[in-house]
Amino acid sequence: MSQYLITQNYKKCIGCFACVVHCKIENNLPVGPRFCDILPVGPKEINGVPRIIFVYMNCFHCEEAFCMKACPTGAMTKRVKDGIVYVREDLCIGCKSCIKACPWGIPQWNPNSRKVFKCHLCMHRLDRGEKPACVEGCTTSCLNFTKPEEATANIRREYAERIAENLKAILR
Amino acid sequence: MNEKKVVYSLCCMCTGRCPIMVEVENGVIKHIWGNPYVFGAKSLCPRGAAGVAFEYDNERPQYPMIRDGERGSGKWRRVSWEEAFDFLADKFKKIIEEYGAKAIALSDRGGPHTELHKLFLRALGSPNYFTHHATCSNSVHNAHMSVAGHARNTVGFDYKNCKYLVVFGRNLLESLITGEARNVIEMINSGGKLVYIDVRWTYTASKAYKFFIINPGTDYALALALINVIVNQQLYEADFVNRYVIGLKYLKTFIQPYTPEWAAKETGIPAEEIRRMAYEAAENKPSVIFHPGWMTAWYSQDFYFRRAIYILNALMGSYEAKGGIFISKGAGDCGVKIKQPTSIAPKVTEERCDGAGTEYPWIKGQWGMLQRLPEVIETGQPYPIKAYIAMRHDPLASMPDLETWIKAFEKLDLVVAIDVNWSWTSWYADIILPEATYLERTDNVIERKGLKPQLALRQKVIEPRFDAKSRFQIFKTLAEKLGKGEYFPWRDEIEMVNWQLEGTGFTFEDFAKKGIIDLTQEPIWYDRKNLKFNTPSGKIEVFSEALENSGIPSLSPYEKPTPTPEGHLRLITGKVALHTQGRTTSNNLYLNELCPENYLYIHPSFAKKQGLKEGDLVEISNNGVSQKIRVRITPYIHPEIGFMLHGFGDPVPVRTRSFGKGASDVVLMKGQLKVTVGGNCPLFETFIKIDKI
Repeated sequence: MSQYLITQNYKKCIGCFACVVHCKIENNLPVGPRFCDILPVGPKEINGVPRIIFVYMNCFHCEEAFCMKACPTGAMTKRVKDGIVYVREDLCIGCKSCIKACPWGIPQWNPNSRKVFKCHLCMHRLDRGEKPACVEGCTTSCLNFTKPEEATANIRREYAERIAENLKAILR
Repeated sequence: MNEKKVVYSLCCMCTGRCPIMVEVENGVIKHIWGNPYVFGAKSLCPRGAAGVAFEYDNERPQYPMIRDGERGSGKWRRVSWEEAFDFLADKFKKIIEEYGAKAIALSDRGGPHTELHKLFLRALGSPNYFTHHATCSNSVHNAHMSVAGHARNTVGFDYKNCKYLVVFGRNLLESLITGEARNVIEMINSGGKLVYIDVRWTYTASKAYKFFIINPGTDYALALALINVIVNQQLYEADFVNRYVIGLKYLKTFIQPYTPEWAAKETGIPAEEIRRMAYEAAENKPSVIFHPGWMTAWYSQDFYFRRAIYILNALMGSYEAKGGIFISKGAGDCGVKIKQPTSIAPKVTEERCDGAGTEYPWIKGQWGMLQRLPEVIETGQPYPIKAYIAMRHDPLASMPDLETWIKAFEKLDLVVAIDVNWSWTSWYADIILPEATYLERTDNVIERKGLKPQLALRQKVIEPRFDAKSRFQIFKTLAEKLGKGEYFPWRDEIEMVNWQLEGTGFTFEDFAKKGIIDLTQEPIWYDRKNLKFNTPSGKIEVFSEALENSGIPSLSPYEKPTPTPEGHLRLITGKVALHTQGRTTSNNLYLNELCPENYLYIHPSFAKKQGLKEGDLVEISNNGVSQKIRVRITPYIHPEIGFMLHGFGDPVPVRTRSFGKGASDVVLMKGQLKVTVGGNCPLFETFIKIDKI
């Protein structure tokens, strides 16, 4: 697993696709492939109001990456310093094994180069000290570029704050 | 040499004008972000982000063209700018000699970047400036003027601190502006309650505390019943109402018939829910907003419906209250005075051709009634109009009754399209002038009004990619050729900007650092005990003498909507985050990829009756016109509604991505080129017949 994690606040996401467009612009993607995506799920009635959830998907940058194991040429590469899984285009032969191997449909077919390319967490931006474009441009700032240890600490803190809101009930 | 720079500017992918931060590398735009000095993040909606794809698209007019065939034939001859200007000067001169300058009309999409178009008309002496508001905000603008002496947009909404927000069909989270969407989300996530009323479910509805599907055309009934409960139960903010509201007694008498039980039958919303809404709003007053809407060219009674919404806000005392409606503060509130280019030329005293402000005294000329223009052209009454300039506006694609427009065009000596896009109107123009895009030009300084007013500037990021000119260059050259150069005394845009800023202590250079100039650190609130409204009485006029004197009642009895004919649906349209202002977004490489066509959304009961399945291709017709579209079926829509996104069914072949995809809502709205009491076209009074193909 890369040392990074992108979290999404479902309550704030409005399904506007700004993340996808910012990503496509930043990485100059042709029509078709998407490095990250928004999958609307619903609507489903909850307490009388039809609710929809927008599931944000990008590459998990797995520790034991299916795509890497499937790649016969070593094109699917893990960056040593932070674990980002990316494609070395010069080594890719376009066999699509990684596409078949990934359970989440992450590697994308580039119709122009006829090779695979995929989310690399905008590593050119990370190296400049910036966040991935999807996170940076998100309309409502519902995406958060973080690290797993930070994310779990945040979840605990938010949980504690919710408890605190209800202090009257707890201490009655 | 790798040269990187950042330019702060203002977006123009829609009319929201969000502040942006543009990254440029070796003269090429790499990315457009939201301005972090304004948003606190680089957030920018998908349309704004796709501005890069817009800029580098070749499917837009690339040089001046003069028509070389029949109007609408799509045959053009490339000309030099010199030839284009001479052609125009010659035509304008002839028209002015024969009919006077008032025979020249211009329309645009409104907003603060219209100064130079207005100045051009003023310089010539024509009063016939129009905005697109006949199909947008006319009813809400004119209603608010009559109630509080404010336009729709001279007040703002303090969403962040709002505790109870009631919205009638204003799809805040899809038909969105970045800053507003962020604030609404912040409100919802900090416990503010959103009540959403619409004829269909939207993403905004999905985030609501309560969502009601209302019977189409009955929103006014709901507003009246809310007023009924609030007034009869004395739930209003008494201090505020006693101080500022004129006509409470008149209101009380008027609303007596409009009980929640009565409204329940009209709207389909249970009486106890209406009552609860009134009580809940009152519990949260004055941090309450009843949202008056934005695109409000819906119904014939819109003017009164919007008046009723503003009255609800007045009853809640939400004007200039934290979490309510604030009066937008400008530079003047910070002791800074900027000069407006239009102030250089004398005001035109000639009467407008559309009757706004004269025949219709309560309709403001600043927006006009563009729907009257074809009739004026046809009849030559009250006087002839012989030239029409469509300035970044596409009436053929956005106003009803296409044939009426095209027929009227035949009586014109000159149709000019100035645009960054191939518009439908440009297809029927005599001459097309390609405007430099918003990334290729500098415009006039604008005030970003609000609680913390700022000055903001759209500035040139890169040189025009094609043979295009800025609106400044276009109107300045035309004015000079017509002997009116004195009204455009600035050499270039930067000189104009510095002239606007004279005496403020700021200059053009001050926009380099952040793109905006902050005029205050703290939000400015007026004293709630000393508010002054720009109405004749200086108060909030529930009863308006000005209206009554014009023969218009201050409040009008509710009229039942026309029943939907059997086998028909009422056509309602709207927008998504990926597309507004269809001409800018529908053919965009990425926005088109993500949302290439529109669908007709219908209720399962209607689908069953008509034997329609998901994905079926249907022909929709009304009044002799028809469009083809695919069907989507959803239970979360009123059974009498057919909903589709606006801005599709592009007929311009050179826009290859959007050409022919989906259906045009506006084409189907044939017969709605009408003047209603609010000055709006009643677009949502269109009934469509649906036949499976």
